[in-house]
This record gives sequence, C-alpha cells and structure tokens, in this order.
Amino acid sequence: MNPRLLPYVLILPVTLFLCLFFLYPFVLVAQQAFSNSSGFTMSNFRDVTEHWKFPISLKNTFLLALAVVPIQLALSLLMATMVTKMKKGRDLILYVWTIPLGISDLAAGIIWLAIFEQSGFLNSMMGGLGLIDSPTNFLSYTSPVMVFVAIMLAEIWRATAIMLVILVAGIGLIPKEYYEAGEVFGATPWQRFLKITLPMLRPSLQTALVLRVILAFEVFAVVQALGGTLFPVLMGETYAYQFELLNSGAAAAIALIILAISITFTLIIMRALRVPKGATI
Amino acid sequence: MTLLSKVIGAASGIALSCTAISAQAEVLFWSTQAKPVEEAQAMREQVLSGAGDVDYQPNDGGPWITRLNAELSAGSGSIGVLGALHGDFSAMNPDDLVNLDDLGLGAASDTFNNLAKLGTDNTLYVPWMQASYIMAANKKALEHLPEGADINTLTYDQLIAWATNVKEATGEAKFGFPAGPKGLKHRFFQGYLYPSYTNGVVRTFASDKAVTAWEKMKELWAVTNPGSTNFSFLQEQLLNEDVWIAFDHTSRLAAAFNERPDDFVAFPAPAGPEGRGFMPVIAGVGIPRTAPDMEASKALIAHMLKPETQIATLRATNFFPVVDVELPGDLPPSVQAAGNAVAIMSASPDANPGLLPAGLGDKGGDFNRVFVDTFERIILAGQPIEAVLEDQKKTLMRIMEETGAPCWAPDAPSEGACPVE
Amino acid sequence: MTAATTEVVEPSQDTRKAGRFVYVTGVVLLCAWVLVPLYFLLINTLSSPETVNSYPKSFIPEFDLGSLTFFAGFDGILTALKNSVIVAAMTMVMSIVIGAPAGYALSRFEFRGKELFRLLILLTRAFPLPLLALPLAVMFIRTGIDDTVFGLALVHTTLALPFAVLITFSLFSGIPIELEEAAWTLGCNRLTAFQKVILPLVLPGITASAIFAFVISWNEVFAAAVLTIENRTLTAFLLQNLDTSPLHLKFAGGFILVVPALIFIFAVRKYLFAMWGIANR
Repeated sequence: MNPRLLPYVLILPVTLFLCLFFLYPFVLVAQQAFSNSSGFTMSNFRDVTEHWKFPISLKNTFLLALAVVPIQLALSLLMATMVTKMKKGRDLILYVWTIPLGISDLAAGIIWLAIFEQSGFLNSMMGGLGLIDSPTNFLSYTSPVMVFVAIMLAEIWRATAIMLVILVAGIGLIPKEYYEAGEVFGATPWQRFLKITLPMLRPSLQTALVLRVILAFEVFAVVQALGGTLFPVLMGETYAYQFELLNSGAAAAIALIILAISITFTLIIMRALRVPKGATI
Repeated sequence: MTLLSKVIGAASGIALSCTAISAQAEVLFWSTQAKPVEEAQAMREQVLSGAGDVDYQPNDGGPWITRLNAELSAGSGSIGVLGALHGDFSAMNPDDLVNLDDLGLGAASDTFNNLAKLGTDNTLYVPWMQASYIMAANKKALEHLPEGADINTLTYDQLIAWATNVKEATGEAKFGFPAGPKGLKHRFFQGYLYPSYTNGVVRTFASDKAVTAWEKMKELWAVTNPGSTNFSFLQEQLLNEDVWIAFDHTSRLAAAFNERPDDFVAFPAPAGPEGRGFMPVIAGVGIPRTAPDMEASKALIAHMLKPETQIATLRATNFFPVVDVELPGDLPPSVQAAGNAVAIMSASPDANPGLLPAGLGDKGGDFNRVFVDTFERIILAGQPIEAVLEDQKKTLMRIMEETGAPCWAPDAPSEGACPVE
Repeated sequence: MTAATTEVVEPSQDTRKAGRFVYVTGVVLLCAWVLVPLYFLLINTLSSPETVNSYPKSFIPEFDLGSLTFFAGFDGILTALKNSVIVAAMTMVMSIVIGAPAGYALSRFEFRGKELFRLLILLTRAFPLPLLALPLAVMFIRTGIDDTVFGLALVHTTLALPFAVLITFSLFSGIPIELEEAAWTLGCNRLTAFQKVILPLVLPGITASAIFAFVISWNEVFAAAVLTIENRTLTAFLLQNLDTSPLHLKFAGGFILVVPALIFIFAVRKYLFAMWGIANR
C-alpha cells in the first residue's frame, strides 16, 4: 500500500464514526446557539453571559480545575512511581488505587455527601474522638471555603485514577536500561525521576493532562451533590438552560463557551508538553 | 360536538371496553412523577397491575423531555402515555397533545379541568393526581412554640419566633427549607410567601409589601439550617433530625411520617398579613400525537382515573385523588397526616388559595427562575432587596409580555398580559 | 493491610529504613484514602433505614440486608444488568477496533491535518452528551436502531473513542520506532512487524483502555435513559432516580452500581499488572 495513504486509511474509521455520531448532532446543536426565530443572532451568547450567575459559575469552574488538576497530577505521579518500586503486591495496590475509575460521578456524589453532611461520617468520627461537642454543618452557605474543600476532596478522590492509569502505562514503557545507566552514573532517585521519568513520560503526561482538564471543565454531578445551589458551575448552568428553562439556544451557547475554553487549554498543554517527533516516513 | 366526533367517541368507547379485556400491546407510561424507586415499584405492582400490559418508566426531567421531543420531531415513537406536572404539559406545543375530549374524563374540580385545556378549547391532558405543600415538625420542637401559638393557625412571625426559640434552646438552626438544586423553593415564594404577604404574585412582585415579605424571609433564613442549600427532600433531614421544622411538598415529607409516625406532626403553611397563601400541585396524564396505539393509551388514562386506581395511586405516591372518592380508613400515616393538614389549610378562615401559573407556555422555567434568582441574590448573596426586585422585575415583565399570560389567583384578573406593577 | 506484602527493590541500608517507613506509610495511607469512603458506602448499604438516618454513625456494619433485598425483588433488574454488560462489552470492542488504528497512525506518521484530527478527537469529550442526545435520538428513531443495545453502544463508543485513541497513541509513542525498523530489516513487512513486535508489547495497555471504555459505558446515564426503553441498562433503570429515593435505598442502589465495576476491574487487574511485565523485559 502507498505509505503516504496509510495514515489516512488508519484514521478513516474513527473519522467516519465521529462524523456520524458526534459531528452531525453537534452541528445541529451548535446551530441553535447562533439562531433564534428571526435567523442568525448572537443574542444567546449575550443572554447567557449577561446573566448574573455566569461570572460566578465561570470563576468557580476555573477555580476548581486550578485547585484540583495540579494536585491530581502530583498525586498520580507519586502513586505511579510508588508502584514501580513494588515487587510483591503491586497488582493489588494498583487495583485498589484504580477503583475510583469504576465509580460514576453520581455514585461518588452520594458517597461523599454521606461523609460531609451534618449527621454524616466525618462528624461522627470527630464526635467519637471527642474533637467536637455537636455536629458542625460543613456544607453551609456560611462556610464557602469548606464547601469548596469538600468538593475538591471528592473530585481528587474520584478522578485521580484516570491519570494514574495513563501514567502507569507510560512509565511501564520506559526502558529499564535508562534507569540502570542513571544508577551507574550515580544519579539519586530524585534525579532519575527528573531526568529520565519526566521527559520520557511526556506523551502520557500530555494525554493525561488534556483529558483531565477537559473533564474538569465539565464537572457537575459531584459539585451538585455537595455544593447544592451554593457552588454553581458552567455545566450546571448548561443543564438548567436546556432542561429547566427549555432554552436550547442558550444551553448550546454555554456549551460552546465551555468547548472554547477546553480547546484553549488543550492547545496550551499540547504546546507545553510537545511530544518529540517520532519516525517520519 | 359534531355527529362524526360523537360516532368516533362511541366507537372508541367500544374499542376501549374491548381492549380492556383483550390482551394489548405494551403501553409505555413515560412519567416525571413517582420517580423514587419505591414509588416506581408500587406504581408497577399495585397501581398498574390491573391495567393490562403497561411499562411504567419514571424519568428525570432531562431524559423525559429529550426523549419526548425526539419522538415528536421524528414523527413516530413508543411513548403511549405521558405522566407529568401541569407545568410540563403547558411547556409543550398544544398541537403535540392528543385531544382527549371524547374520553369525557376530568377532575372533580373545574379549575383543574380548565387548566388541562392549556388555553385551548379542548382537554389536552386529564388531571391525574394532586398534592400540596405543608409544614411538618418533630414533636420535640412543639415545646418551643411561642406563647399563644397554635400550629394549625401559625403565622410567619410565630414561625420565625418558634424557629428562633429552637435555635436558642438547642444551639442549632433547625428550620428546614428545600433550597437545594432539586428543591421546590420557587413554589414557596410563588404560592406561599407572596400571596400571604402581598395577595399577589406577578402584579405585586416588586411592591412595598413584597419588600416586607423578603425581609421576613431574611429573618426566617437566619434561623434556618444553613445546610438548606443542599436540601431537596426534607423527609431526610426530618428523619436524621438535622431539621425539626420543615416546609415541603407532601410527597417529599412522606417517608418521615411512614417510618416514624409517632414522632412528627403535619400542619398548614403559615399565614401572613394577606391571609394563608397556599397552592396545589397538579399532575396529569396525556397522550403525545406520536403514540403508537391510541386506543390502548386512552384505555390506560381511563384506568388511571378510576376511583380504585386513584386510591392505589395515593398509597403509592402520596398524591391525592382528583376525582371524588371515599377514602378508606387504613391509609398510610403520611397520607393521613398530609390529608389533615391540607384540609385544615383549605378550611381555615384566612385561606388565600393561589393557582398554578398558567399561560406561560415554555417560559414556565424562566418564570420560576425569576423567583429563585431573587432568593439567591437577596438571601444567599445578601444584595439589597429593593435593587434586586427592581432588576428582576424587568425579567418578569418581559416574560409576561412575551407570553401574554393573564393574571391568575390571587392576583386580580387582568385584560391581556398580567402587568407587573 | 495489603501494603504489608509489598517489598522495596532498593537494597536495605540503615539510612534507607526511615525512607522505607515513609514509603510504606504512604502506600497504606493512599489505599485507605481510596477504600475508606467505599467502606462508608458499604456500612450504609448494610444498615437499616433507622441506622442510616441516625447520628452518630456506627463504623461497623450491622448487616441488615433490607435495602439490598428490596432491589433483589425489583422487577427487571436482572435484564437491566444483562443489558448493561452487553452494551459495555460492545463499547469495549468497538472503541478499540476503531480507535487503536488511529492511535497507531498518530504516533507513527506525519500527515497533513494530524493536529486538526487530534483536536477533533478531543473536541468530542468537551461537549456535553445530554445536549447531543436529542438529535441522536431523532436519528436513531428514524433509522430504526432506537431502543437497541447496539444503538446505545454506538453512542457510548463515541464517548470512549477519545480515550481509546489517545491512550493507544501514547502507548505506541512509547515504543521506540527502532524496534519496528529492526523487524523490517529482518524481513518483516509493516503488518507482520506490527503483529509480531508491537502488538504483544501494547496489548496490556490496550486492555487498560478497554477498561476505560467499559467503565464509561457502565456509568453513563443520560443517553441510556433517552435511547433505551425496553432494553434499559442498569444505570438508566436505577441510578437516574436514586437521588430522589430515600437515603437507605440511595446507598444500596449506589452500592449495586459500584460493585460490578469493581469486579470487572478486579478481573482484568492482571493486565494492569502485566503492563509491568514490559518494564521488566
């Protein structure tokens, strides 16, 4: 086969599939964002951005992503390197650490609400240890910081495993000889991590970060379970427009704004962690 | 009614009685009501067991409307009967609902039957069941009632004093309010707070009396459990005693009464200077124009309105019958408690019953949002009351003008769109 | 705790003892971080309704099976379970068969439109499915694949494809092109070189991305609720109404959803472990 055509043949199935099941409905939905009864309009974008909740939900979404993703990155790197050092039991440890991967955000919301609610496990524990006299209300409008921390913890718990699995797979592919050479030259474990693991891990880091960031901008169910109405996020506003206000134009407009933000961050990450060119034909 | 439609009506009546006997294709009952897993199970096993082959599927609002709209725009579908709130139906295009005049079915209340016409001349859904919002309290709270207060004739000032007493005695704010994401807080403002303080909802939205109402709301909020922004079903907080006094939908308080009937009391919503405002909840059953088997769908609707089905529905969902039926004595504690509270509320001398918003079409969500936004800005964000009301008033006026919806009780009737004064 | 069985590769020196202690503690703490919230879910699942609502909470389950028994008697729960498994399996197969070739193309070839292609793939995860569900449902009803497990699997594959493509991309990128070139010089053509050299190396990693596909499909609610009627999946059947259900049933339902995903990940943990075999090659 003509080697110049081969890559196109290889990406053809995905392209066709996504055109049919993503691009086609996407174009139909995106159209609605730019139209009203009288034809082309930008009024949907104006309406949603002028609503008083929009800046708040934008800020919340960014804050949460900014707080959660770096911690998850560090944590998953730590976990991945810890796993590499194990001889026995690592499949079990790896299994335990990837468990949250299988837990839907709705279920995660149920679990973490049981911990943080007033008569929940955290209060029971602190009461049992004699730290508090009566249960405190963590998820109250009077303590927005605590609400934020609760959401952060739940998100870190739920979504770190995604990055972990990608990074573990990536580290597994780094040839052992590199580390052996590093040891021969007297590199400390920390130096080996900085000079070998991190640079070699770039493709996996890129994938893990991009996926995680995109998903972070779409965060919703856990936030709604723990933050209630106190912590509006962009995706919550999208659903409110679509299903409560029955305004699909406005919903599509916010969704496109989220999309634009995601694209921007994706480009930044892809540039910052550019994968060295592989083989060329 | 023309002769032709009479013939069709008679024919369908015959078909109806035939299909009720013979085996029929499965009818998909696509509902936004009776969603909790226990209620759904009870609907399937008790309410619909005698209705032939029915597939009862309750859904969240999102999937419900998405599937319905997809079937309507594809022009064919599998949904046989829609079960939803009045507001869900009124958001639909009336042309998408089948005319149900020939069934000759309706509620005992003509007000409900008129609502079910959705502004047209025909019955587009049949009222199915009704509920209301009431108060519930843990009996432990009763000793803190302010001097001279009776829970059955409570006023908002007494409620605030009561919740304050409880807070002082226990050190915790134990009034609960459904301000969570799925909570029905907007109905409290539309049907309870506003009518009780301003004797209106739309006309009086930004009046001086409304300012007083929101000031009272602020006082009440000060003694409200600050976790209320997470509460959507107050039965949970009543049961775990995070909350001692609560306002919510009757069916969202039911579990508390059913699990510990001796620990809780139900009573009417409080009264304000303009009376005791309250509001009904109406769910209906209708047929989308894409229903695959029209006769089977109509037979199912007829089944839902039978007295014995209505009582079974009451047991299953805590929604009350819309037709006149003799209620049996062995109803679950939640039904007895809620039934009493609603009866006292309706019969109270200062009753000021309101109606559901009508004529808003698909702007019902926007209408609710005006009240929720006002609440979140004044109470949660602490913005000045007058400024917020002035600002939200513009949105409300735009909604009323766009839809041209006339005033509904307790607002005084209007010519044309209900004005915001 | 499982971590007790782990050993550290480093030679044991006195100076390393402190480090080892920190390491083992870290592993134990991270395992606890994942497992404790799940343990709370278990406690609540095995509690009577009164206990679920009580305060303070007990930290030992009382083994009341009432809530679980309720679901055992729930009409159609087995059919729903079966449907969920079928949809998830179909999603797994389709997303790998369609996605892996594209991942290979991205890692091995330079071709025009490559960056755009990657962006398009990522785009699909940056737009919320509930908004796309309406046009998709219309399309499915018109073409007659509405209310089939296959139709739902197509939508879930759309969700899983970005993961499949990006994970396989980073897997292939991690394998030095020299290995393949060596195979070519030894008389393999591109296809046989791929089969004999590359495939065995990436197969475990591909299994990992299949886990993603499975889990995504398993936990997806919205499309399942809209696109299946008679063939409901477990999530559409149960989960979408859990948040409005009484607390004890909420926890039991959450538990029922979490367990099969855990079992699945446990069943394939060998492959997660097998990725480690590569590192030690």
